[in-house]
Amino acid sequence: MRIIVVGNGMVGYKFCEKWTAQAPAGSYHLQVFGEEPRPAYDRVHLSAFFSGKTEEDLYLAPGTWYAEQGIDLHLGELIIQVDTEKRSVITHQGRAYTYDALILATGSAPFVPNIRGVDKQGVFVYRSIEDLEQICVYGKKICAQGKNPQGAVLGGGLLGLEAAKAVMDLGLETHVVEFAPRLMPRQLDDAGANLLKEKIEELGIKVHLQKSTSNIEGSDRIQALAFSDGENLPCDMLVISAGIRPRDELGRQCDLEIAPRGGIVVDETMRTSDPYIFAIGEAASYRGMVYGLVAPGYEMAEVAVASLLGKMQVMSPVVDMSTALKLIGVEVASFGDAFGENGPHRPIVFQDQLKGVYKRLNVSSDGKKLLGGILVGDSSDYNQLIQIYKNGIALPPEPEALIVKLSGAESAFGSVMDLPDAAVICSCESVSKGRICQAVVEEGCETLKAVVKCTKAASGCGGCKPMVDDLIKGTLKGMGKVVKDVICEHFAFSRQELFDLVKLKGYTAFEEVIAGHGQGMGCEVCKPVMASIFASLSAETASAQNSIQDTNDRFLANIQRNGTYSVVPRIPGGEITPAKLIVIGQVAEKYGLYTKITGGQRIDLFGARMEDLPLIWEELIAAGFESGHAYGKALRTVKSCVGSTWCRFGMLDSVSFAIEVEERYKGLRAPHKIKGGVSGCIRECAEARGKDFGIIATEEGWNLYVCGNGGANPKHAVLLAEKIDSETCIRYLDRFLMFYIKTAGPLVRTAPWLEKMEGGINYLIDVVVNDCLGIGADLEADMAKLVANYQCEWTEAINNPAIRARFKHFVNSDEGDDNIEFVDLRGQIMPKLW
Amino acid sequence: MENLLAKYAPVNEPEVKTWFKAGPCSAFPPNAGACVRYQDKQIAVFHFTNIDQWYACQNLCPHRMEMVISRGLIGDEKGEPKVACPMHKRTFSLISGENLNGDCQALAVYPVKIMDGYVYIGF
Ligand SMILES: Cc1cc2nc3c(=O)[nH]c(=O)nc-3n(C[C@H](O)[C@H](O)[C@H](O)COP(=O)(O)OP(=O)(O)OC[C@H]3O[C@@H](n4cnc5c(N)ncnc54)[C@H](O)[C@@H]3O)c2cc1C
Ligand code: SF4
Ligand code: SF4
Ligand code: FES
Repeated sequence: MRIIVVGNGMVGYKFCEKWTAQAPAGSYHLQVFGEEPRPAYDRVHLSAFFSGKTEEDLYLAPGTWYAEQGIDLHLGELIIQVDTEKRSVITHQGRAYTYDALILATGSAPFVPNIRGVDKQGVFVYRSIEDLEQICVYGKKICAQGKNPQGAVLGGGLLGLEAAKAVMDLGLETHVVEFAPRLMPRQLDDAGANLLKEKIEELGIKVHLQKSTSNIEGSDRIQALAFSDGENLPCDMLVISAGIRPRDELGRQCDLEIAPRGGIVVDETMRTSDPYIFAIGEAASYRGMVYGLVAPGYEMAEVAVASLLGKMQVMSPVVDMSTALKLIGVEVASFGDAFGENGPHRPIVFQDQLKGVYKRLNVSSDGKKLLGGILVGDSSDYNQLIQIYKNGIALPPEPEALIVKLSGAESAFGSVMDLPDAAVICSCESVSKGRICQAVVEEGCETLKAVVKCTKAASGCGGCKPMVDDLIKGTLKGMGKVVKDVICEHFAFSRQELFDLVKLKGYTAFEEVIAGHGQGMGCEVCKPVMASIFASLSAETASAQNSIQDTNDRFLANIQRNGTYSVVPRIPGGEITPAKLIVIGQVAEKYGLYTKITGGQRIDLFGARMEDLPLIWEELIAAGFESGHAYGKALRTVKSCVGSTWCRFGMLDSVSFAIEVEERYKGLRAPHKIKGGVSGCIRECAEARGKDFGIIATEEGWNLYVCGNGGANPKHAVLLAEKIDSETCIRYLDRFLMFYIKTAGPLVRTAPWLEKMEGGINYLIDVVVNDCLGIGADLEADMAKLVANYQCEWTEAINNPAIRARFKHFVNSDEGDDNIEFVDLRGQIMPKLW
Repeated sequence: MENLLAKYAPVNEPEVKTWFKAGPCSAFPPNAGACVRYQDKQIAVFHFTNIDQWYACQNLCPHRMEMVISRGLIGDEKGEPKVACPMHKRTFSLISGENLNGDCQALAVYPVKIMDGYVYIGF
């Protein structure tokens, strides 16, 4: 596709930028013709030229950018004709170029009223770098020549006032001449404009209202302005800023439809009356209007790109004309329906003559919505007000609070951080809050500069800068938590990030991960975290990477007060045969162990010496026991009541189901220990709701509760799903447990994990039951793999001589620790107290 | 219990009177600790394989008087090699013996040298 863009101004440039970013490379040939001798620059900040910015500083992209993008840029070439039949354009040098799509981005020209003498020397407009260069040269010349040179600006609008400041800075005595009875007549009401006038005059600029200029006097150069009321203003230089006229001459020449008030008519896709020709920026007339602001122009560029690419995107029906005066040193802003002309409204006005502040808000009759407003003298609330206005945020019950700062009261707005993600923060570049936060969080931009570069926010009028800055700070502050989430000094990642990293890269050893993504040698925090991750990904036993395990996992037993260990064989669901009970008794007697029933319905054998551990387990395993993983951050027990097989209240067989569940998840390692329970009816004898997962039988099936615990901060588990069959219950448990294992921080049990989860239990239900993330099948598959790869760690240990050899107190002696002493307690042993 | 602690006093390499041959390097687990008996003392020995450094200190935890330091996890704090007691995760520098995250008494540390594939601890 051959695309020709006429005009390399702000909007024409934006078209190129958006087009090259979106269109498939090689699918087009893009040619740009610009009348000005330099590539597109930031016209909005034109006045910065006076405060020392060079023209290069103002370039929207360096001259080399166009070639890098494969764009043919023809500078200093004016297009004088369009041939819609041949689909070609002709330059002032007579060269013709054909197109498949033509983009007219010819902008506008200053409106110069038809006053006698406008062609005299010393009369300028304020639009381009050349204009400013000439103003500069001429201004300096007359300053050097005469004493007390006088400068005037014709037009008291936004631009005129900006130009007046520039003229004043050149050293001229400055006058603003306005035809209307007030300054900024299109943005301000009388009260606001009066205050503005006072402020402007305080700056030393003289304001002349209701003056119609009839003649520009002087021999060949300007010497005075003559007004129709007979008055006369001596004047050595004049800048005309009386509005703009769209440069629609090419459109007129090739018979495109032109709006009555000027501008090439476009529809909501930016097409003109010729389907091959688009118009954007100040040259276009959309809904009967030409918009002299850069933000709507940028939106038009985006829409034109979308149209050409066949995407569905149309121009917003209502174009925002909010503006804030910049540079002049007086705070002025107006937004939305500033005058309340568009329907019923209630104005709220605040005026402080002493401080020179005028604020007016127009709110809807029901007091709920902000329709528009005017701020003079203090526009510090502009950014927040405009967010409220644009996002239709409901007003507080007393909207007055928005503009009247009661002493000591908090700002009524809350913080930028409270805005919805979709809120447009930078309207010039239409950058949303979400995009800015994303740049900070995901793209590592931590300074305003970096964010501006990355998102282009605040690169237009700059009015949104404070808000962008607040957002960056707020987001970084929020990430302070993330920084604390970093597991330790060796890894700048959270557990979840490490989990994903290990999974993605398929790492199998701690050394690989720390070499690739960490620093130093690790520590007692990150090593067990990594061990847990490896176990949760591949069901690897604690013996595989022994040196990164906590001491309990390293020796597959729980270290106790005097450096001896306790042994806990698995007794699923708390169901045990008399024969197995006898074996436990015999082993305990043989090795002199203290025995006690645990809270999880099993038997704990205390006081085992390290070197005895393999011998004890050898006997237990021979009798059919398995490791109970009491030493691991892993599934501990699934406690059960006796259930329907014996209990006269029982609804379902709680013991069988508890055994099934415990057998399924035995050995499952997690960020912290996991406990479960199954009760046969709502009498809840198994105390299942005090567990990480609790299953309670009802007449119509199981109710599944999750995220409870006993311990220091008891929490009842909350309902995840009700009246489900065993199969569904297992499926939800698979998903729930795997989701917890993947996303929880180190040593965070399910209850605090849920507490911190955004959206809480409803979100968890959405993930587990409704599968809102679409990860249900993956979670189940991951769990299935872990279940399939389970092995009893003690069976592995006693059968592997190398692992067995680790259970020795001394490397240089076969003796045990002679430091261990026991005393008698109720016929059993207990460690001697020091 | 005081006399237990009194058995352990740090030794600087230049003051070593006896180099005790503790065992072949291969008897010691990589990146972890093991315990050596020397007379009435228990000494924990650690091998950091990635920097190929050996450290030794008392096996006695000065906090709870248990013989467990050799079973602790090792690592570093800002580059300083350390061990975490398995009982309550108090961490100790293996260079100075100092408790890095509390105010426990310091561990006595001992010099280690490797000769002909054997580990020697200096007393
Ligand atoms: C001093 C000043 C301050 C401003 N401040 C603000 C502000 O604070 N906020 C705001 O939103 N807006 C502001 N604006 C307005 C803003 O600059 C314009 O809305 C914006 O530049 C419009 O972009 P455009 O591409 O449509 O037109 P332009 O930027 O004018 O670009 C049009 C280009 O096309 C070229 N061209 C025209 N016809 C042809 C042709 N036939 N062949 C080849 N080239 C051609 C022109 O030479 C020009 O370079 C300000 C403008 C000025 C002058
Ligand atoms: S929970 Fe119900 S079924 Fe289970 S033991 Fe108690 S009363 Fe019986
Ligand atoms: S409650 Fe305290 S003392 Fe009792 S077993 Fe648990 S941790 Fe030990
Ligand atoms: S709103 Fe103008 S630069 Fe962001």
